[in-house]
Amino acid sequence: MTITTDRKLTTQKAIAEAIALEMEADDMVLVMGEDIGVYGGIFGATEGLLARFGPERVMDTPISETGFIGAAVGAAVNGLRPIAELMFVDFFGVCMDQIYNNMAKIHYFSGGNVKVPMVLMTAVGGGYSDAGQHSQTLWGTFAHLPGMKVVIPSNPYDAKGLMTSAIRDDNPVLYMFHKGVLGLGWMTSNPRATGAVPSESYEVPIGEAAIAREGDDLTVVTVGLSVHRALDAAEMLEDKGVSAEVLDLRSLVPLDRDKIAESVAKTHRLLVVDEDYQSFGMTGEVIATVVERAFDSLDAPPMRVATPDTPIPYSRPLEQFALPSAERIVEAAQQLIST
Amino acid sequence: MNIPSEHLVDMYETMVKIRRYEERIREIYFEDKLPAFDIAAGLIPGEMHLSAGQEPVAVGVRPHLKAGDAITATHRPHHIAIAQGVDLKKMTAEIFGRKTGLGKGKGGHMHLFSVEPNFGCSGIIAEGMPVAVGAGLAFKRRGTDNVALSFFGDGAANQGAFHESLNLAAIWDLPVVFICEDNAYAISVPKTASTAIADNSDRASAYGIPGVLVTNNDPVAVYEVAGEAIARARSGGGPSLIEVKTDRLWGHFEGDADAYRSDEFKEAMAGRDAVVTFGQKLVAEGVLTDSEIEVIRERMYGEVEDAISFAISSPYPEPEDALVDVFA
Repeated sequence: MTITTDRKLTTQKAIAEAIALEMEADDMVLVMGEDIGVYGGIFGATEGLLARFGPERVMDTPISETGFIGAAVGAAVNGLRPIAELMFVDFFGVCMDQIYNNMAKIHYFSGGNVKVPMVLMTAVGGGYSDAGQHSQTLWGTFAHLPGMKVVIPSNPYDAKGLMTSAIRDDNPVLYMFHKGVLGLGWMTSNPRATGAVPSESYEVPIGEAAIAREGDDLTVVTVGLSVHRALDAAEMLEDKGVSAEVLDLRSLVPLDRDKIAESVAKTHRLLVVDEDYQSFGMTGEVIATVVERAFDSLDAPPMRVATPDTPIPYSRPLEQFALPSAERIVEAAQQLIST
Repeated sequence: MNIPSEHLVDMYETMVKIRRYEERIREIYFEDKLPAFDIAAGLIPGEMHLSAGQEPVAVGVRPHLKAGDAITATHRPHHIAIAQGVDLKKMTAEIFGRKTGLGKGKGGHMHLFSVEPNFGCSGIIAEGMPVAVGAGLAFKRRGTDNVALSFFGDGAANQGAFHESLNLAAIWDLPVVFICEDNAYAISVPKTASTAIADNSDRASAYGIPGVLVTNNDPVAVYEVAGEAIARARSGGGPSLIEVKTDRLWGHFEGDADAYRSDEFKEAMAGRDAVVTFGQKLVAEGVLTDSEIEVIRERMYGEVEDAISFAISSPYPEPEDALVDVFA
């Protein structure tokens, strides 16, 4: 990271600022979605945009996700650079055709002749008892399907730079912000949800993982809010004499396989932490990458801490049991170190 | 009718071209697939949905189009693409899976994309409707007078995307014309069994936009109705819905036994074949002579053969090209 400012922003405000700067620079950028106008987005990602850019470019939509996401595809094909917000990723069930069969495939079907430069941004994640239709992360589902980039910021600096890159990208980009890293006033906030963010425009390249913390004894590969769970765990592990490296993937598509393999080559142990469902997802893909590329450097079988293959439960003790936590990460790390 | 005769002739020529194209695709499609039908065999593998009989819907809009207008079509797209002027050679090469195709062989006949003219289609029912809304939004935002045309079948009118698209186009007052090709069947299910009302054009009233029904499969009637709707959209008057009662002369896809439609139904369609009746009408009205019709036929047949020859003589893509063009 190259932070040259002391100005601090929440992740939510950093996202809105990135969009505002791009809208200022390019008349073809517009935003559409449910409650993104007067309300400023349920999670504040479009805060202040309506007052600044007006309803022609900050468009509240009806509850018609198929309609407006498909319209964003059509607008992107015809010269605009739209940002559409799917309020919760859990709602993809009513509009997935436009996402994976249309948005993600037109470029390929056209033999590269048609571009679809759009951002689909969406809130993900649980931990606040919103139950099983408003708490999922589901990035593995989207990353599995070819043709869209999948970006997941974990902090304000990356959130702004990745959004800028996403808007400028000529490909469809799914931008998934975890509610727990936004710094919302109405939800218990991670302390790292507020951080230094330069006021000017900048890009964070899509596809490059970041080492969130350097360490020697094991590599914790993760993304989104779980980066913070892993950082908290790393602090606890430090007290126990274990040095954990934390790798923040920042995007699943493209996946920075080189950096994953490099880190494991250094630490010789791999723990993958994911708030998405365990099976057939990110944890398996990361472990497969290491097995393919750095098998000989492994001193122990890789481990994973993920949400078990069950819907996200509502009741606090049930949900807290199911989601990854710093405690679960510490426990797994100690087990991994002892093998 | 006070339609410029060059428009009438142009529509007729295009109908002849479309029909010949579909006939030839059909012939080639079955080469090497019989006697035991093998969908994966032959020069044109996979599913094939042909549009013979639906030509009037496509050619009726053709004289009203201008450069930059967007069209989204369906899994049965050839007639619309040809009417809009999509490069016939590249389109044919795509259908034949060749490197020179519109999509370098990655899309096939249900996924034809062209930048100029601005054409796209999809194998998913009603998928192109929101895309046309977005095209209309882009035209409005960019201050052009282009319009977006969304073609879809009667089956698509029961998809949520139909209703979402009409509502969005209406509330945003966009230059979009929705054109329902009602061929009375969604594969095997008759519209009478799938749709609560007789005419989907009536559904326009639910969205406060004009809805017009064309009751016969007549290119002139489509020309007049579409001309009004396109002019309205182009001048900022907002979206419209048109439904045309048309005829799908052949099965849903090639190889379809088409047993769900009665002999009487099929004979009635054949008896009112629009390509035949429109030609006869133009001769009767003195717009064309029999010998001019013959010249048109030869010319259109020639264009079709040129496109097919181009496709067949084009190379296949390299196998590893499968990995290219996922991302820009």
